[in-house]
Amino acid sequence: MSPALIAALPFIGALLPGLLIRSGRNVAAISCATASFIALLGLCLHIPAIMAGEVVTARLEWLPSLGLNANFRIDGLGLLFGILILGIGLLIIVYARHYLSREDPVGVFYTYLMLFQGAMLGIVLSDNILLLLIFWELTSLSSFLLIGYWKHLPEGRQGARMALTVTGMGGLAMIAGMLILGQIAGSYDIGDILQAREAVQASPYYLPALLLILLGAFTKSAQFPFHFWLPHAMAAPTPVSAYLHSATMVKAGLFLMARLWPVLSGTPEWFYIVATTGLVTMVLGAWIAMFRDDLKSLLAFSTVSHLGLITMLLGFGTEAAAVAAVFHIINHATFKAALFMTAGIVDHEAGTRSIAGLGGLRRLMPVTFVIGTVAALSMAGIPPLNGFLSKEMMLEQAGHAVWQGHPSLIAAFATAGALFSVCYSLRFVWQVFFGAPRNDYPHHPHDPGFGLWSAPAVLVVLVVLIGLFPAVMAGWLVDAAASAVTGTAQHPHLALWHGVTPALMMSLTALVGGVLLLVLNRRMLAIRAAMAWPDAKAIFDAVTRAVTCAAVALTDRLTNGSMSRAFAAFSLTVMLCGFWAFSTGGWQGATRPMLPIQPVPLIGWAALMVACGCMVAFHRKRILALVLVGIIGLMVSVSFIYLSAPDLALTQISVEVVTVVLLLLALNFLPKFTVLDSRDRKRAMDAFIATLTGLGFGALAYVIMRSDFAFSPISQYMLANSHKLGGGDNVVNVILVDFRGYDTFGEITVLGIAALTIYALTETLLAGASGRRLRNWVHDTARAGDRHPLMLVVVTRLVLPIALVVGLYIFLRGHNVPGGGFIAGLVVSVALVSQYMASGFAWAQERQKINYHALIGAGVIAAGITGIGAWFAGQPFLTSTYGYVKLPGLEEFELASAMGFDLGVFLCVLGAVMLALNSLSRIARQAGGTVNLDPMDIDPSKEARR
Amino acid sequence: MELLLSGAIGMLTAAGVYLILRLRTFAVVLGMTMLSYAINLFLFATGRLVVNAPPILNEAGGPYTDPLPQALVLTAIVISFGMTAVVVMMALGAFLEGGDDRVDMPRADRLPPAPQSQDGDV
Repeated sequence: MSPALIAALPFIGALLPGLLIRSGRNVAAISCATASFIALLGLCLHIPAIMAGEVVTARLEWLPSLGLNANFRIDGLGLLFGILILGIGLLIIVYARHYLSREDPVGVFYTYLMLFQGAMLGIVLSDNILLLLIFWELTSLSSFLLIGYWKHLPEGRQGARMALTVTGMGGLAMIAGMLILGQIAGSYDIGDILQAREAVQASPYYLPALLLILLGAFTKSAQFPFHFWLPHAMAAPTPVSAYLHSATMVKAGLFLMARLWPVLSGTPEWFYIVATTGLVTMVLGAWIAMFRDDLKSLLAFSTVSHLGLITMLLGFGTEAAAVAAVFHIINHATFKAALFMTAGIVDHEAGTRSIAGLGGLRRLMPVTFVIGTVAALSMAGIPPLNGFLSKEMMLEQAGHAVWQGHPSLIAAFATAGALFSVCYSLRFVWQVFFGAPRNDYPHHPHDPGFGLWSAPAVLVVLVVLIGLFPAVMAGWLVDAAASAVTGTAQHPHLALWHGVTPALMMSLTALVGGVLLLVLNRRMLAIRAAMAWPDAKAIFDAVTRAVTCAAVALTDRLTNGSMSRAFAAFSLTVMLCGFWAFSTGGWQGATRPMLPIQPVPLIGWAALMVACGCMVAFHRKRILALVLVGIIGLMVSVSFIYLSAPDLALTQISVEVVTVVLLLLALNFLPKFTVLDSRDRKRAMDAFIATLTGLGFGALAYVIMRSDFAFSPISQYMLANSHKLGGGDNVVNVILVDFRGYDTFGEITVLGIAALTIYALTETLLAGASGRRLRNWVHDTARAGDRHPLMLVVVTRLVLPIALVVGLYIFLRGHNVPGGGFIAGLVVSVALVSQYMASGFAWAQERQKINYHALIGAGVIAAGITGIGAWFAGQPFLTSTYGYVKLPGLEEFELASAMGFDLGVFLCVLGAVMLALNSLSRIARQAGGTVNLDPMDIDPSKEARR
Repeated sequence: MELLLSGAIGMLTAAGVYLILRLRTFAVVLGMTMLSYAINLFLFATGRLVVNAPPILNEAGGPYTDPLPQALVLTAIVISFGMTAVVVMMALGAFLEGGDDRVDMPRADRLPPAPQSQDGDV
């Protein structure tokens, strides 16, 4: 089975519970289990190839230009983690089915669980670090959902938030680190990066990359000082804890360190950062675990401690230590998942998981007792269980490690960690199962059904079997994984008895010391309770609160809800950046001659400048301002004509008309005068900012116009090929419908969406409180006596056919001379709008059958179909073609496929403009405008008939 | 001629920015219209100014001005109409719903809930 399919299967499985949950909880669970099982099967089919030293890969190009490929690989390490994720995942699915209560939404749980499983599997099977990062972030998100699954519990929500904050922050750092690493190695594919050890370690960016990546790994794997999120994540349902904190989520950081071990390890930086962090975490986690009262909290800190142990082993940088790390990953996953499940069973059956409220369960829950005890003894490192094997290997490696010239420092601390570990493991067994039975349990405890204890039982069997027959049970997997981690073939000898070695002596010391500590446990608890310990949650909360307050204060300072303030800040910033860029840009002075100033353009310019000045001075008289907008728009159009842009001039002038009509319609319901409510000082300040911006922008325009092109413009290509490739002489139109057709396609879509937005806004307004307000609207200006004047009606009627023909003409000729769909659409809409204006909205609306929504849709579809048409000719989307057609009675004429596209533009523009104006008119109608029955108020023909 | 056009661009920008900084919606809409003119002219000007050389291919084979900025500005003009229409509609809606045409958000609407009260349990 392809690695890509294996990685996809859990995601497919995530969809199933949603579809099947109505058929019952069992069906949902079975569907997820089936997806996991098929993925596991597919993975196991690759075992022979991987044992032979091959790497199974699947390559899919995703965004090759970014170096982001959906490449997957299965090597020994991926295989090991894949088996853990899917195998324990299967057990968790079974366990959760029996653990969750009737009230819990089980379908949602399984969907989250499968999402998480898919994300984890994606991490371990990725052959591209960018792809890995995507899955990495996905684990943070899906674990957030899982930890916060019991939404009604505040601890659940807070724990989920804390986990997301810490791991998400680490993930961000890791993205930066991975990008640096990929840049150094010259590739984002893991296969290539693993070959680039020398280049990476010689790079000056090695340390920053290392620190950033380790930040990601340490936060995920709960290494000191980021260990605090893990115990708080225990608010999750126990199946989640058992899955996330034994085999998967927290192992992701370890996986990453193991994955990049060949590239990053072996340097002093690696040793001192990773090994020291691991050592501190191991000792600290074990120390805290000895004092925890909550079973899951005890297990959480023990997990922190064991993760530290594995981190330390990876940090040693030697191959033997890496082998021990790999072996302990397997062992820890088996016994810790079993222990979490045991804690869940105790909680489920006895109603509490507080050690102080437990004890004496040995006779009441014999099956659970056996499972829990075997797993706990393995955690303590008691022979012949698997925990003993890897702990011995760890102690041996710790004995060889030298820290800053101190040969026995690490060994001493490691022994201490092992000693604490013995203490809390035995405490788990002793204080939960032994002692006299009590009679104050919240529920009466008894062994659960087979469904609940079967999953941990399977794991405990593995714990024993791996301990007794390590070479047969796990040797091959350790070989494969360790070979993948170290990059060289490894065949470690896994056995229970190595003779009397220093490691055995350290083990014995830990065992004896641990038992002693357990005896003294009650006294130590009292001592510890009397001392003040920093509370990680309080610190975390204080930090987040402080950051939130700072962010709120900063935001408040930048934008206080005043738009003008924000815009002023924006303008000044842009000016400052522009000025800085210009002053450092090295402008060489004007290189283009100035065009001579002709008298007529000078007059137009003066009109524009005066109109602008008047606009600023009189903008509060809104009707006058509209007249000024008209003047300015006209002058802008004229300047386009003068400066060789006939298409722009046509567009501008027709847009001008519809804009003014639009504003007039709106003004019907807005105050006709703007109240003066800014102080003199604000106005002066605004004038200053405006002047500065105007000067800067004008100066920039001047400098650009007086300089030559820095690069030869690409338009030369378009000018040269417009006729040859696009079949048109109007280059602007050919660019719009052909060269840059995709842009135009997007633009008409946006225009259509804008019009639909306006329509939707109108609907909302008319339906709501404003609708009622409008029905009782009293106009603030008197209505005209002759609202539909004879002259206007007659002229618009006469003009309509002419305007339509002109529109058609402009449309048809657009490919070769100024015109085209945009302009034609605007011209026709002006002609239609004039009908509405002359005879009133309601009268005109009754006499036309065009649905403007349909027009917009038809336009976008027409443009799209023209584009797709190119596919049938084997060309990319929107490739155009043209030919010459001869019809009888006509001259030979050209027909370009781009015309279909231009038709789409035409329809869309027409529909959008009309829908926008139409919507505003509907508001006017709601406001009680009388509906006229006749086209004009005074109709001579009617008079004559009468 | 370059001097005149850059002067016009500067003037339009200044008027537009000043109007956008006003406190009532209609003035802001006017300001955005003015700023659109300025920016469209500016984009157009990046093709440099040429008289009597429209980018329509002819027998003589030139000269032609740069067609690309023109194509960009053409769609920009149409899109800015769409934008103006949406903003006008929003302004109208705000006026009809809220009863005044101020652009600034009242302080009471703006303050986020205090960080402590997100859960009510922190």
